[in-house]
Amino acid sequence: MTLGFVLLVHTAFDRAEQVARYFAANGCPVVVHVDGKVRPRLFQQFRDRLADEPLIRFSRRTRVEWGTWSIVRATQMASARLLKDFPDVRHVFLASGSCLPLRPVAELRDYLDAHPETDFIESVTTDHVTWTVDGLEEERFTLRFPFSWRRHRRLFDAYVAVQRRLGLKRRIPPGVSPHLGSQWWCLTRRTLDSILTAPDRAAIDSYFSKVWIPDESYFQSLTRRYSTQVESRPLTLSKFDVHGKPHIFYDDHQPLLERSDCFVARKIWPRAEGLYATFLDDNRTATRRAEPNPGKIDRVFSKANERRGQGRPGLYSQARFPAPGFENGLTCARYNVFSGLDQLFEDFGSWLSGRLGGRVHGHLYAPDRAEFAGGETVMNGCLSDSAALRDYRPTQFLSNLLWSTRGERQTFLFGPGDAQDVVPFIARDPNATIVAVSGAWAVPLSASNADFDTVKAEAARLQRAELVFLRTLRTPGVAARVHQWTLADFLADPPERLRAVMDEMSGPGPRRLTDLPAMRDTRGIPDFLFRLRNGGVKPLVMGNFDSNGTIADRGPAAQRHAG
Amino acid sequence: MAAAHDLWAAYRLRWRRRRLLARSFAKRSQLSPLADRTRDIASGAILAFATVRNEMGRLPYFLRHHRALGVDRFLFVDNASDDGTAAFLAEQADVSVWTTPHGYKASRFGVDWLTVLLARHGHGHWCLTLDADELFVYAHHDRRPLGALTDWLDLTGRSSMGALMLDMYPRGPLGEGGPEEDPVAALPWFDAGNYVMLRQPRLQNLWVQGGPRARAFFAADPRRAPTLSKVPLVRWNRRYAYVSSTHSLLPRRLNRVYCETGSEAPTGVLLHTKFLPQILAKSAEERTRRQHFENSDLYAGYYDALRGGPVLWCERSTRYAGWRQLEALGLMSRGGWQ
Repeated sequence: MTLGFVLLVHTAFDRAEQVARYFAANGCPVVVHVDGKVRPRLFQQFRDRLADEPLIRFSRRTRVEWGTWSIVRATQMASARLLKDFPDVRHVFLASGSCLPLRPVAELRDYLDAHPETDFIESVTTDHVTWTVDGLEEERFTLRFPFSWRRHRRLFDAYVAVQRRLGLKRRIPPGVSPHLGSQWWCLTRRTLDSILTAPDRAAIDSYFSKVWIPDESYFQSLTRRYSTQVESRPLTLSKFDVHGKPHIFYDDHQPLLERSDCFVARKIWPRAEGLYATFLDDNRTATRRAEPNPGKIDRVFSKANERRGQGRPGLYSQARFPAPGFENGLTCARYNVFSGLDQLFEDFGSWLSGRLGGRVHGHLYAPDRAEFAGGETVMNGCLSDSAALRDYRPTQFLSNLLWSTRGERQTFLFGPGDAQDVVPFIARDPNATIVAVSGAWAVPLSASNADFDTVKAEAARLQRAELVFLRTLRTPGVAARVHQWTLADFLADPPERLRAVMDEMSGPGPRRLTDLPAMRDTRGIPDFLFRLRNGGVKPLVMGNFDSNGTIADRGPAAQRHAG
Repeated sequence: MAAAHDLWAAYRLRWRRRRLLARSFAKRSQLSPLADRTRDIASGAILAFATVRNEMGRLPYFLRHHRALGVDRFLFVDNASDDGTAAFLAEQADVSVWTTPHGYKASRFGVDWLTVLLARHGHGHWCLTLDADELFVYAHHDRRPLGALTDWLDLTGRSSMGALMLDMYPRGPLGEGGPEEDPVAALPWFDAGNYVMLRQPRLQNLWVQGGPRARAFFAADPRRAPTLSKVPLVRWNRRYAYVSSTHSLLPRRLNRVYCETGSEAPTGVLLHTKFLPQILAKSAEERTRRQHFENSDLYAGYYDALRGGPVLWCERSTRYAGWRQLEALGLMSRGGWQ
């Protein structure tokens, strides 16, 4: 009889009874503390059911509230009772009604026999704590917390703020070095007895009763005062989510729990029949007797925490619809937008797809339909090419496309003739790379056979749209990578301009691009712009061509790659 | 003054909720009990509610699926079925059923009737309000009962959970194929990634549209495409009221089932088995009864298209393979429930 259990119970009495009986049947005395909030009749029934087991005793009750001194008080009362009633007990194991032993108690006893002087309690100095969710690490010990965090959150926060502002600080009692750790521990009789019978216990208790979440600091700090040998880890496996709520274990966690080699786990879902049936059966095949290794479980649960905490960037769903500013990435993957270049080069799309790989679409935002790569009418995820569906929610059309094609770089063409509502979204998106040659639409238009009034009207329309586009690319908050030239600028050295862009997109390539696609004839542009200006449409987005209507010095450069 | 404006909106919605409750209770006499087994509803039982009409083809599987999830008791309103639905339901030991011959549309598509039952029997329970053509799935549903989920929702302080209605369809034209016991086996295909959504400021719900019906029938007028967001699972209080179908309810905080801070909330999926072979006959009947849309004339084209036996399947359709697939596709989320 070297190991005794303190069991804190407030609900699921049938499971608590099962576990308490299991401990007792293995010769381990148990002192149960039942929450004072439990109705007397229910408590009486529970106690009567266990009356036949002499190794199970009940301590005095107190009303327990989460995160308050009352939990420590309950633990103290039950531990004192255990030490007094069972003088043979050398190690006291603190557990709750929703704890479940994962390995036979005999193994735990052997383990403790091998470490007779060791206190197993997670006990970390405030500087090294990484798990608190409230940001109150050091201040737990230096501020006062008279208000309930659960029921009076605002008062709680306000009172903390006031104390910070006024610089109020409590004095930490001499001999106490603040440590934090899991509430669940296994202490030696000597350490526990020293804590409970300390001459200054009244003062210590009065101090800790106003500390924030004392059940994670009282025994953790005081063990450091008395223990000769601390192993700073709990023997109880327990996991918490990002909001500080405990993870619950279900039947399907059984393999995971077995692999952890931990002695006790919490919390177990009370109706996890399989777990209770398996782990409370001492006749099951022998386990491996390895050192407890909660790390195996950590990996699985930290992944869940990550998802809970941040979600999958670029996903918009009924689970995740971030408010503006909370997106953590507007879209899920990098993508490229080319504006104007397809006006300048013949068959620019095919050249691009040979060059970049991934999927190179045509004008996704073309007025009549979304021009998916390969002329498809439905894209991954059953995204339709209907312009009406696309324009109904233009940004989600793009985020849906990127989400459904994850793993494959998307590229699309754009221009002032397309639906423009998506532009502000793309401009704000760090995943976007925008390559734009403004005024490039003038190249095919200059070769148009339509009558000049029609051409002029079209030029005015495209220029108006492009001016808005360019202005959007210059607003504050633009996060896309933008490469933008006027037509004149671009024509000064097209291979060099494109090379810089291609290097960024697909890594460094040859010094000069030699396989540029055929460029449309641009010799007529100066004359065309001259006619536009005289016709009343002032060209604003093409850049500076020579005022007398020629680009004499740039001509050769432009022509060199025209063929 | 945004706050004042919001307070005013909240105040008006409170009256709207009271009107909805009053209106529903005025209709309570339209319901006559056929099999009332509500007295043996245990505290903590999980309840399912549905209004049905001629659903003999679906109900056996509907009951089996949701019993397997861990629904303890079912409460049905039978709206003048003539295919034996009411008698079949009355035979089931875990089902209570009421009948009514009154208008479906005048009862806000059955919601008024269900509101009465929810208030009377759902108070304090986790309640799953469904249509007979919906099968509820959630993360881990194949190995953890619904009670595990609702306990966890309680633990994390949630009192409602959202779900996406996922239209399932066959490989071939609608209306073909024999009866299949498992509707998901008959309709294994769905659209994986064409859903669009908007937060509606007044009720604070997320309005999700898209899927095959938007793609095939509403491309010309996407605004009219059916709403796919629902809040089917609620820890009910007798003062709550669904507003339109189970898309939204009051008080409006219950509609905030999605996460706005970038993380993922727990959500489920309602596998929507509307497009079983009997769809053609059903939609012909729906069209003549004019009981299924607020503005029935606007949906004449939709019914005409359905009657033509269209193929919803396309090269990019995805075949259903369970909840893990739905989660990987982003259509549902475990929301930290590991």
